[in-house]
Amino acid sequence: MFPYEHYLRYDKFPHIWCTGCGCGIVLKAMLRAIERSKISKNSIALVSGIGCSSRTPGYVDFNTLHTTHGRAIAFATGLKLAKPELKIVVVSGDGDATAIGGNHFIHAARRNVDMTVIIYNNHIYGMTGGQASPTTPLGNRASTAPYGSIEPSFDISGLAIAAGASFVARSTCYHATQLDKLITRGLLKRGFALIEALTPCPTYYARPNRLGTSVDMLRWYKDNSIAVERARKMSEEERRGKVIIGVLHDTERTEFSDEYQKLIKKMKGKRR
Amino acid sequence: MREKNAELMTGNEACAEAAIVAGMRFFAGYPITPSSEIAEVLAGRLPREGGVFIQMEDEIGSMAAIIGASLAGVKSMTATSGPGFSLMQENIGYASMAEVPCVVVNVQRGGPSTGLPTLPSQADVMQARWGTHGDHPVIVVAPSTVRETYDWTIKAFNYAEQYRVPVILLLDEIVAHISEKIALPPREEIEIIERQRTTEPPEKYLPYRCYESDIPPTADFGSGYRFNVTGLSHDESGFPTNNPMKIDALYRRLNRKIEQHRNEIIAYKKNFLDQADFCIVAYGSSARSARRALQEARSQGVKVGLFQPYVLWPFPYEVLENIAQQCTHFIVPEMNLGQIAHEVACATKRRVIKINRVDGGLITPSEIFERIKNVSV
Repeated sequence: MFPYEHYLRYDKFPHIWCTGCGCGIVLKAMLRAIERSKISKNSIALVSGIGCSSRTPGYVDFNTLHTTHGRAIAFATGLKLAKPELKIVVVSGDGDATAIGGNHFIHAARRNVDMTVIIYNNHIYGMTGGQASPTTPLGNRASTAPYGSIEPSFDISGLAIAAGASFVARSTCYHATQLDKLITRGLLKRGFALIEALTPCPTYYARPNRLGTSVDMLRWYKDNSIAVERARKMSEEERRGKVIIGVLHDTERTEFSDEYQKLIKKMKGKRR
Repeated sequence: MREKNAELMTGNEACAEAAIVAGMRFFAGYPITPSSEIAEVLAGRLPREGGVFIQMEDEIGSMAAIIGASLAGVKSMTATSGPGFSLMQENIGYASMAEVPCVVVNVQRGGPSTGLPTLPSQADVMQARWGTHGDHPVIVVAPSTVRETYDWTIKAFNYAEQYRVPVILLLDEIVAHISEKIALPPREEIEIIERQRTTEPPEKYLPYRCYESDIPPTADFGSGYRFNVTGLSHDESGFPTNNPMKIDALYRRLNRKIEQHRNEIIAYKKNFLDQADFCIVAYGSSARSARRALQEARSQGVKVGLFQPYVLWPFPYEVLENIAQQCTHFIVPEMNLGQIAHEVACATKRRVIKINRVDGGLITPSEIFERIKNVSV
């Protein structure tokens, strides 16, 4: 049995998440990954913005920082540069990270600041009651898209790759064990690592779109996910409507706080 | 004047140098006129001092980054102007709520909106006090010379550390860009205050528990104290609460911690007020013109004095109330449409003569002098 009690703040339960919510699955995957990567609780700073996913820090026993909507990555950047020995983990949602926080997201990826960013992508604003997000699929309903969304949606992982992230992976709450392996790789990567976790929101996403229960959504992930290695051999037509999971991108780049420490080493004590 | 320590510098340069002396080792900012020189100086200076400079993607991120760095225990600062200051407001409120020490420099420009990027203004006095939503504590200081900018930058950090609040340093384009020869004080004469850190062991530490004062001792992120920080209303454990008693206690304490120390925080200078019938109230670069006008008026025998607040918020209501026992008229020159004049009227219940300019020009000594003459006849 995995020692979750070592990491959880049990006195903060019950949590605020709905029955069937996927946030807890991602949380547990994150804890397994942290255990596996042997990073001490004292050296982890878990930073979040605003939203359902962003309530994660309250339940776990690290240095935890629940910031303003969309700004978690910017707070985390300051924390990392001021104390480079901290291991930064950011938990965020699709709205938090790619709508209001989109600017910080792409710039932290561009700078390649060492942090592991886990985005719980449930395609909806859950905390505020089911409004459309940048990842609500075209045609899907939300409280602010009552006739179906007419906006094309963001590919969060694709955005991170284009912006310069070192490591980008995607999985789903059905593939919980794969999720913790991917988060582990993200934690061990020196640089900006993004893990996109597709997360069921039975209350505000499944219901207006008639997608059934949380179990139905997990089943949908199971039936419609394709390993990236297999997807690469498929035509664009065959990939349409599928979720491509696994390590999408893994590269070596100079990391920002390391570069800054080199600059300090070179310049420290020198006169004007 | 100790000539060997004399330097010719602008207000922006003095601000940057003083911040280093105060112990600031993290700066995040975004380019904006007329504040950019502060970032430019610090981009060069900080790595030499072992500190970090980062140009962020916007002012919202800059404010967020300095809060993050301060939570790690590093004194932090950002610098901006009106539009950027507007963008920072939400996170300034976060710093008030989570009690994170930091300094925000706002080299004011005229507005609203893009306004007058290269011209002087003092139109952010109320934004500095009330820019972020909700009842919140803040300290705002406004120097009028390069030397005052140097001293008040250091004091701004001291206040931030001592009271665990964001401190706003309000400069204006004149103070920021004027070059003056100043004698830097010897380092050993400068008082530097550090935030009070907890002496409790980690297992007993509660991040918002107060002991002998309303200011809770801090612990740095990553120092073995694992706690939660949130912008939600929280109890002394740092976790969100919906308990009305705890919420009420939090908001009242946050504001009380500044209110009950207002006499220690308030700072001002009085000139010739002992034998004055009229009083000029001037701050920032308007105080420069006021000093000149005062000399002129005094040399002609007009009984006028000058009150220059260095700290604008908390506002020195009681001090002005006392001055109003003796002065019948108050003259308030400011480069806005009367933001501090209103507070002066509240405090003194006397006639307040406003001298306002919002055209990008400075208020000249002769403009103030003419008004003094009109009052005195």
